[in-house]
Amino acid sequence: MQTETKTHVDQLTSPAGHAVTVLRFEGDIASTSKDAVLGAYHSLAKETKIILLDFTKVDYLNSSGIALVIQLMIEASNVQQKVYAFGLSAHFTKVFTMVGITKYAGLFPGQDEALAAL
Amino acid sequence: MSEKKSATVEVRLPSRMGYEKVAMSTASAVAKLMGFREDRIEDLKTAIAEACINAIEHGNRLNERLSVGVVLSAGSEALEVKVIDDGKGITQKPAKPDIDRKMHGEEDPRGMGMFLIQALVDEAEWVAGSDGKSSYVRLVIRLDKDAE
Repeated sequence: MQTETKTHVDQLTSPAGHAVTVLRFEGDIASTSKDAVLGAYHSLAKETKIILLDFTKVDYLNSSGIALVIQLMIEASNVQQKVYAFGLSAHFTKVFTMVGITKYAGLFPGQDEALAAL
Repeated sequence: MSEKKSATVEVRLPSRMGYEKVAMSTASAVAKLMGFREDRIEDLKTAIAEACINAIEHGNRLNERLSVGVVLSAGSEALEVKVIDDGKGITQKPAKPDIDRKMHGEEDPRGMGMFLIQALVDEAEWVAGSDGKSSYVRLVIRLDKDAE
């Protein structure tokens, strides 16, 4: 019943000239998504400084999936990487705000707005 | 379907992760028939998903021989949902998640389900079964007549 989580990594440059690594998630993000979320994060180059999480194609997200996102944020914070996100629905923007994620990760409506701010 | 008569819908789910989506879809359909706004339906879907996940994982301990009952009672002013499992129920609600403690490794990143349930619906109560099983969580989400 749970759709597999797919993750695709893109390397972009912001208008200000910063290298930005985008983790694009697709499908469900739930308890079974550990490899797709944390595994993809662990595969990134150690020099990565800015990580952008793309939720545009995420169909389903639950508290176990949100916990994986927080785990990623903890690990990134420990090595001074900055994490941002875009593509969340209005509902999950509210949920991320309720659990406090917005205190540590900026949320943007779309990729263009995120890149423009970085 | 224009008359707001009471109605009850029941679903039984296997204790297998992912089947909470069946409860979400059913609740969404009932809430739409009742006239809930789309944002409230999204709140309800997340609250029901978290209640079912807790029932599957903690109540029934992923035992697929046990099922999770979901009873949706649509009234004229509110939708009541009971999610029933064969666990002993909870004796103490977990503390509100603290993102600062999580980020500093002082609190498990998980453990947000009950908080989300409480935050997203108008009423939430956890009831332990008197026989040591058949515990349930009861959720109520009210129609906001001014905003519908």
